Order: sequence, then structure tokens, then C-alpha cells
Amino acid sequence: MNINATLLINMIFFVGFVWFCMKFVWPPIMKAIKERQDKIAEGLAASERSQKDLELAREKASEILRDAKGQSAELVDSAKKRHAEIVDSAKDDARAEADKIKAGAEAEIEQEVNRAREQLRAKVATLAVAGAEKVIERNIDDAANNDMFDKLVEDL
Amino acid sequence: MASSDKVDSVDYIKHHLQNWQVCKTDEGWVWNQCQEAGFWTFNVDSLIFSFLLGVLFSFAFWKVARNAKIEKPGRWQSIVEVIFEFVDKSVKDTFHGRNPLIAPLALTIFVWVFLMNLMDLVPVDLLPWLADKFNVYALGAEPGHTYLKVVPTTDANITFSLSIAVFLLIIFYSIKVKGIGGFIGELTLHPFSSKNKFVQVLLIPVNFLMESIGLLAKPVSLALRLFGNLYAGELIFILIAVLMSAGIGGIVGGGIAYMVWAIFHILVITLQAFIFMMLTIVYLSMAHEDH
Repeated sequence: MNINATLLINMIFFVGFVWFCMKFVWPPIMKAIKERQDKIAEGLAASERSQKDLELAREKASEILRDAKGQSAELVDSAKKRHAEIVDSAKDDARAEADKIKAGAEAEIEQEVNRAREQLRAKVATLAVAGAEKVIERNIDDAANNDMFDKLVEDL
Repeated sequence: MASSDKVDSVDYIKHHLQNWQVCKTDEGWVWNQCQEAGFWTFNVDSLIFSFLLGVLFSFAFWKVARNAKIEKPGRWQSIVEVIFEFVDKSVKDTFHGRNPLIAPLALTIFVWVFLMNLMDLVPVDLLPWLADKFNVYALGAEPGHTYLKVVPTTDANITFSLSIAVFLLIIFYSIKVKGIGGFIGELTLHPFSSKNKFVQVLLIPVNFLMESIGLLAKPVSLALRLFGNLYAGELIFILIAVLMSAGIGGIVGGGIAYMVWAIFHILVITLQAFIFMMLTIVYLSMAHEDH
């Protein structure tokens, strides 16, 4: 173990290798490791975020579904109500129409009756007159006859 | 016969513990004759392996860094990232300041020291034998005169070069963070202090002595721990290899012992690389702390 100039030369080698390592080896590899770590951290954060998003979306979807169910129930309700209303109003309309038609028919019948009655009256009058002429031919008592005629006419 | 065997073994071990050296002497630059050469000697094998392993580390990691993908990391990138996150976690747990140097420094130390230690698991005679054969046949050298130590961290020069560089960084950041006055104060006003000015002046040399020893112990312990562990490990591999020359029983026993020690050594080389890195981080973190 004798110390000699080998030491100096090897010290120069040492400085050279350390310089080289510091300049060209350490930074790029450390950078790669760091970037990979960042990337992994980013990926984990993103997956967590998307997990949360998924949760939110699920919640939203179920909410929408619930709303839709509620709305459809409402719709069915209102449709039923409307249906009942329509049926009711249709019934009312039909009844009103029936009444109207009945009223018209009744009026017509009355008219017919009246007309028939008028005709009958006219005919009865003529008949009565003809009857009267026959009676008069036998018995001329105007006053008593007139009374009788009037009464006849009234009765018709 | 027995004594010549013993001499052979001693020679074998000595041969294995001898670096391939080049040094400056009065007759110019010479190879492997450097016992008296003093400081201007270079352990060529340590430098070659340390440099090649450093280049291997830099190139392999640079290649991964250039092709780093965020989405689908390949097999190599995954391995590199595991090492990165390990080092990064060690740094973040210990070092709380912001300093872009610390983490790459720790990574370089960890991987480079680990690779240098890993050379310990290459069979102890393989590369020296190949080098010897190469020198004999290609360069016409005499057999047995090629020296090659393949584990750079069994060379104290290599471990001290790392720890002294770390030591210089400790001093640099201590002064940078606390100022020169703060640094000197840290060395002289702790651990003993007094309200009395006169007593305080008397305590300064004591404090300085203790703190200096503490400070200097850091690089020395750092370097010697790594060196000692690897040197001892290498020595045991060599001794087991010597054992293998003792007949058929030696080969079987030595083979088993070699394997067991190699498996245990996987732990040691990783642990030593980790300890060197961790202590570097701790020392630099202490340098950044202002009391």
C-alpha cells in the first residue's frame, strides 16, 4: 500500500465521471421517473373523478326516472279526469239534444193536433150547419138552436 | 521440496499483490522496477480497470438515459431506475439541502465502486494468466514477469483518490455554507467552549486538535475501510487458489471454499459500495449543516 501518482489520475477520472453523470445521466432519467409518477397520479385522479361523475350521473338518471314516473302518473290521472269530463259532457250534450228533439217533436205533434183540430172544427162547423139546415127544415127555433150549436162547437 | 513449495506459494502471493507499474527513474520511464521510484509511479492496471469500469458505467447509464421512456420502460431502464430510486431515496433520507451534485455523486460512487469491487469475482488467476500469455507470445516477454491486479479497489490509491475527492468537497461545502469564519469556528470552538475569554483561548488548541483529527479521520476511514475489505477478500481468494495446488483434495476443498467465499463476497462488495456512498452523503450533509 504505497501512495503514488495513480491517486491523482484516478481523481481526475472520478471528477470526469461524476461530471458526466450529473450532466447527461441523472437529469434525463430522473425526469422520466418524475413524469411517469405525475402521469400515474393524474390517471388515478382522473379515474377517481370519473367514478364520481358516474355516481352523479347515476343519481341524476334515477332522479329523472323518478320524475318521469311521477309525470306519467299525473298524465294518466289527468287523462282519466278528462275522460270522465268528456263522457259527462257528451252525456249532457246528448241529453240536451234529445230534449231538443223531443221538444221539437212534441211541438210538431201539437201543431199537427191543432191543425187537425182546426180542420175538424171547420168540418164540424160545416157538418153542423148541414145538420142544422136539416133540423131547421123541421123546427125553426133559432135561439134554441143557436145555443145548441154553440155548445156543440165548444165541446169539440 | 516442501521448502520450495513454500517459496513458490509466497512468490505466487507476492506476484498477485504486485501492481503493473510504470515509473519515472533516473533512466527515464521504466516498467515494473518501481520499488524505489517514489511518488511518480503509476499503477497502470488499477487505472485501466478503474477507467474502463467508469466508462462502462457512464456509457451504459447514458445509453439508458438517452432512450428513457415514460410509458414503457425497457428491461435495462427498469434496472437503472431501481438503482436510481434506491440512490435517490438514500440521498433524500439523509441530505436535506438542495444540491444538484450530491445525488449524481452518490450514484457514481455506488455504481463505480460496485463495478470495481465486482472484479473481485472474476477468477483470481484468469486475467493475469491471459495477460502473461499475451505478453509472452505477442511481445516476447519472459513468462512470470507480467503483473496484473484486476481489482482497482484493492489498490489504496484508488480508494484514497475517491475519499480525498469527497474530503475536498466536504471542505468546499463547509466553507461555502458556513463561510471561512464559520468553518474555522467549527474547528476551534467545539466541543469545549467557555464564557470566559481566557479559558476559551486556552481551549482552542485542544478543540482544534480534536476536530482536525475528526475531520481527517473521515477520508482516511472511508478509503481504508473499502481498501481493507477488498484487499482482505482478494487475499483470501489468492490463498484459496494456493490451496488448490495441493493435490486432488486441495482442488475439491479449494473449489468449494472459493465458491463459498465468492458467494459471501457478493454481499461484501455490494455492502462496501453502499457504505462508501452512504458515508459520502452523510459527510456532505454534515458539511451543509450550520450549527
